[in-house]
Amino acid sequence: MPMRMLLAIGVGLAVSAAQGGSPQQIQSAYIAQGASDFSSERGAKLWLREGVEGRNCATCHGGNPSEPGQHARTRKLIDPMALSASTGRFANLAKVEKWFKRNCKWTWGRECSAQEKSDLLEYLYRL
Amino acid sequence: MNKVIIPALLGLLVIGGTGLVFGDDDEDERRGWWGSARQDVSPVDQALYREECGSCHFAYQPGLLPQDSWRRLMAGLEDHFGENAELDSEARGEISRYLEENAADRSSMWRSSGFASHSGSLRISDSPYFRRQHHEIPARWVENNPKIGSFAYCDTCHTTAERGNYDEDAVRIPGVGRWDD
Repeated sequence: MPMRMLLAIGVGLAVSAAQGGSPQQIQSAYIAQGASDFSSERGAKLWLREGVEGRNCATCHGGNPSEPGQHARTRKLIDPMALSASTGRFANLAKVEKWFKRNCKWTWGRECSAQEKSDLLEYLYRL
Repeated sequence: MNKVIIPALLGLLVIGGTGLVFGDDDEDERRGWWGSARQDVSPVDQALYREECGSCHFAYQPGLLPQDSWRRLMAGLEDHFGENAELDSEARGEISRYLEENAADRSSMWRSSGFASHSGSLRISDSPYFRRQHHEIPARWVENNPKIGSFAYCDTCHTTAERGNYDEDAVRIPGVGRWDD
């Protein structure tokens, strides 16, 4: 009985995670919004592209997305961004959108395009 | 009937006894009833607020700022003390409602009443009450302390801050130790 309950809970969790989205589903959403393809090379360049007051992604996430970063102001440690090194990232489109919106505006002073987002994701997925 | 009541009473005795036995080890706990920690602001009880705001910084209890300050703070998330902390309008509305309804000037908790009047700054640490409470703390202990850096990190020193308890008995300043008034 406990085993069956555990299984049921496990299945429930798997279903709710699937409803949130997968890394591929999130990238597909940007294709639907007008991105033409994915390029991890372009994504890698975008990672370091400087915007407002010299800020780039590495300012808080570090130069190597497979390693933890640290927030420039609060000094809070930020878990690695690379898909292979992270747990639970890229599972929810709304959450990914929230952070792209905040961080693109803070870093580059504007929102990112669907193309930029899909390239950045490709870079983070392939590392 | 007794089958239910007797185990329930035994359970209460065990819980109460634990409080008496272990409560003495911690002055903070001893003051509470039945071993529960005393609160001086209501602990955070909205999961959305804890998730959205507490993922970047300590989830300051709503009873640490007056309603008008929360309203202005939540209206300006695009420039949140220099960071962009924008939320979608649904989440923003829900969190604003929670913060405003439980704001310092609408709370009956005793320490919240201290935070009810504010200078107009949106920083909790700028409130007259906060300043009075911390005026004996030299800059080298907090702002210039490499292990802390700012009064914004309440729970770095107030070890029971998360539970809404800011009693000085529970203060442990990294690199300094206990705070003894």
